[in-house]
Amino acid sequence: MMTESDKDIVLEVKGLSTWFETRHEVIKAVDDVSLTLRHGKTLCVVGESGSGKSVTARSILNMIPKPGRIVGGHIILHNSSLGWSKGGPVDLARLDPKGRQIRGVRGREIAMIFQEPMSSLSPVHTIGQQIIEAIRLHRRVSHAEARAHAIAMLAQVKIPRPEQSIDSYPFEFSGGMRQRAMTAMALVCEPKLLIADEPTTALDVTTQAEILDLMKNLQSLYGMALMFITHDMGVVAEIADDVAVMHQGRVVEQGPVDQIFFAPRHPYTQKLLGSVLALEKRSRRALKAPRQEGGEIILEVENLGMRFAGRKRLFGGATGQEVQALDAVRFSLRRGEALGIVGESGSGKTTLGRCILRILEPTSGRILFKSRTKDAVDLAALPMPAVKPFWQEMRMIFQDPFSSLNPRMTVLQIIGEPLRNYGVASGAEIEDRVARLMQRVGLPPEMMRRYPHAFSGGQRQRIGIARAIALRPQLIVADEATSALDVSLRAQVLDLLLDIGHELDLSYIFISHDISVIRYMCDRVAVMHRGRIVEIGETEEVCENPQHPYTRSLISAIPKPDPRQRGRAGRIRYEPEGAAGS
Amino acid sequence: MTASLPAGADSPLPPDVVVALRVGSASQWRLMWWQFTRHRLAMASAVVLVLIYLLAAFCEFIAPFSPTAFNPRYTYAPPQRMHLFDRDAAGDLVWRPHVNGFKVTIDPTALRRTFVIDDTVKYPIGLFVPSEPYDMWGLFTLRTKLFGPLNKGDPMYLLGADRLGRDMLSRILYGTRISMTIGLIGVTLSLLLGIVLGGISGYYGGWIDHIIQRAIEFVLSLPTTPLWLGLAAAMPTTWPPLWIYFFITIILSLIGWTSLARVVRGRFLSLRTDDFVTAARLDGAPESRVIFRHMAPSFVSHIIAEVSLAIPGMILAETALSFLGLGLQPPMVSWGVLLQEAQNIRSIATAPWLFAPGVAVVIAVLALNFVGDGLRDAADPYHQ
Repeated sequence: MMTESDKDIVLEVKGLSTWFETRHEVIKAVDDVSLTLRHGKTLCVVGESGSGKSVTARSILNMIPKPGRIVGGHIILHNSSLGWSKGGPVDLARLDPKGRQIRGVRGREIAMIFQEPMSSLSPVHTIGQQIIEAIRLHRRVSHAEARAHAIAMLAQVKIPRPEQSIDSYPFEFSGGMRQRAMTAMALVCEPKLLIADEPTTALDVTTQAEILDLMKNLQSLYGMALMFITHDMGVVAEIADDVAVMHQGRVVEQGPVDQIFFAPRHPYTQKLLGSVLALEKRSRRALKAPRQEGGEIILEVENLGMRFAGRKRLFGGATGQEVQALDAVRFSLRRGEALGIVGESGSGKTTLGRCILRILEPTSGRILFKSRTKDAVDLAALPMPAVKPFWQEMRMIFQDPFSSLNPRMTVLQIIGEPLRNYGVASGAEIEDRVARLMQRVGLPPEMMRRYPHAFSGGQRQRIGIARAIALRPQLIVADEATSALDVSLRAQVLDLLLDIGHELDLSYIFISHDISVIRYMCDRVAVMHRGRIVEIGETEEVCENPQHPYTRSLISAIPKPDPRQRGRAGRIRYEPEGAAGS
Repeated sequence: MTASLPAGADSPLPPDVVVALRVGSASQWRLMWWQFTRHRLAMASAVVLVLIYLLAAFCEFIAPFSPTAFNPRYTYAPPQRMHLFDRDAAGDLVWRPHVNGFKVTIDPTALRRTFVIDDTVKYPIGLFVPSEPYDMWGLFTLRTKLFGPLNKGDPMYLLGADRLGRDMLSRILYGTRISMTIGLIGVTLSLLLGIVLGGISGYYGGWIDHIIQRAIEFVLSLPTTPLWLGLAAAMPTTWPPLWIYFFITIILSLIGWTSLARVVRGRFLSLRTDDFVTAARLDGAPESRVIFRHMAPSFVSHIIAEVSLAIPGMILAETALSFLGLGLQPPMVSWGVLLQEAQNIRSIATAPWLFAPGVAVVIAVLALNFVGDGLRDAADPYHQ
């Protein structure tokens, strides 16, 4: 006898195990996972990278990359409208992964949205062709009917002018528009279950907020079950009804969103929430040693401008469009101060960091840098060879801990490189100093003869930090230094940077798209938008009481990791003059 | 992996940690070797290649006869089978390697000689047999061959004989030396040109890049066969064979450098924007150190793979030129020169063993291609 609540169940995952068997080892990517997806409800699967969330999603559709395979468990689809199952429950794990039956399930009963909307849409077909194909694969309708249906779907996902947009190619769409188109494609056959695998991770925070709104609206309209995979607790708080926390291939805890956030039982959940909530306020370390007021100004940027020239045509024809990446940027930085630079992708924040170090050539303006010994010098006016000595005092930490360390050099060689090149140390002394630096950043010095691939992402970022502080610099430009790290590592790395900053009396320019990281770390923050600094001030001040409309929309779009505040703060949209929204 | 290692070596480490430790301190070349050994076909081909080059190095000793020794009695003699056992007087099998003799019959209408294997005649053969004195590497004189007929003058044609009754097996072995080294030398020359020009093109970019790339396109637009023909025809016939050999390699590498230059340039372009190269510049490394210490190790492996894929092209080009009679000339022996003998319809009909050098070309080229494939897969052990 089915109870009322059992009727809601769309899909049940029971004891699912998906293993990857290589010659040397067996990786249990998913290990005895059980989930229940209900009609009209959202289940968030949350976990750090490598926890098995994506493999779980792919197992449900029986699309696991080799050498992985489902070794045990059941995936039971209830009340399917598939002809051959006669409405009875179907165990998807038992179907042939390449067979006709599972293909009938994919797209029609269960649809999926991927993280990267650019690579999951075909670049050589129009949006319309791809949606129409999806419709006609599962339904016997004419081309004209399918097209009308596709236009209606595009209107539903709020793509402007759907009649024209249907004939656009994916590259003509922005990231948010592409994700909307993907959503439209996933929903054309009115699936019972929509699986969204980190659908907003590649998007800017304001776009993310729009897509989350859209998904909630569509769910209430179609009543499908939604399985939402994410690593971001803020997003979970925003949309989840139920939460499953995954760790090392297992579901360590699951329950209603309120229970997970306010009464977590499993230590891993508690730890995860702790590291998220730690980033919700200013670091205690930063508060403990407040920056002395009126410190010496070490960097002053005046009217800095940078244009990327358009491509020159052959034979000196017309040039392409110029891009003004930086437009009259001005700020100053004191000794020991941490300045955050926040902005969305394309706002010019990375360009700014690279221009200050003269990795990129600014086209106008001044960069006055005061080194410890000499008077202030305008870096922008110096010829390239004269800039080089300043790189001892201005260092950089890169975003990608994988590509910024030479894979073919040992850690000793990597950290020792600046010491060696600037003649600070030589021979055995380098080894000594590298050992001390490694200890300082929390790495065992015995590992100095290893290559970077032996280290995890967080450890590699520590190597990058050791390299940056090897010369006892005055200024470190950190470009998205924690973006590639899992949330539990972020606070640790930021604390390390803060401690080192106090020790060495360092100033930071901390570039990030993530305002919580900046609030944790920085004394002041500059908000960038389209190459300009639209607002600059004390971090608390800017976060609590933003003045510029763009800052307000940015702050309001950040999902708060608190499900009880859901929908409290209204969203503010910023439409600059003459610009199209996402 | 965890940040802290288990202290003390006495605590037994779990196997996955041991693997991680081993991999963690393995250099690029060791990782590449591990990757390469997983490519079975490439490993087998590498063994074949080593054997081929050993044959080429010791061809004087291994070949049973001189490549120029001829015997008009055995023109177009077919291959003989090598028998390892024989029956003694009592009818028991005994170890006595031998080949059978030939019976010659003459077709009365066509006057064509046909060879029939004669089971009754047995020529004993063995290892380390005495032979005519010959020069080894032009350094010293030897009087022993690896194997051959025990009695001087007995016929042994394991791969048949050609138009003048010369042993095909010996000639192919001598040809191996020329054909396999011409590829190596040619590739070395094109590699030098390719690395220098491609490196300049990729590192400096701008108008220098523009000029070099247009030059490459110009060279690539030349039809290669007529160009080779023209250059080979310009070669004076009075030149000694060694000069001709080097001139041919230069001709071949004039075309071959372009693709290598493109590969090197592409590597430079993609590496120039990598974060670790920017980091090296910020670390105060001078230009030369950025190029040779930081960038070069990450494309040397790719270049090795590319080179091993370029050698077969050289071998095929030499074979083609020599086949057309425009490359190496007799008395030099290369596979292409040997294949000249197989140009007419008669040889297909009556002496198909003249195509044996072609089989050698196919084996060598395939082995090189498979090894190159394996190397290319292993060239970047960090992105998989």
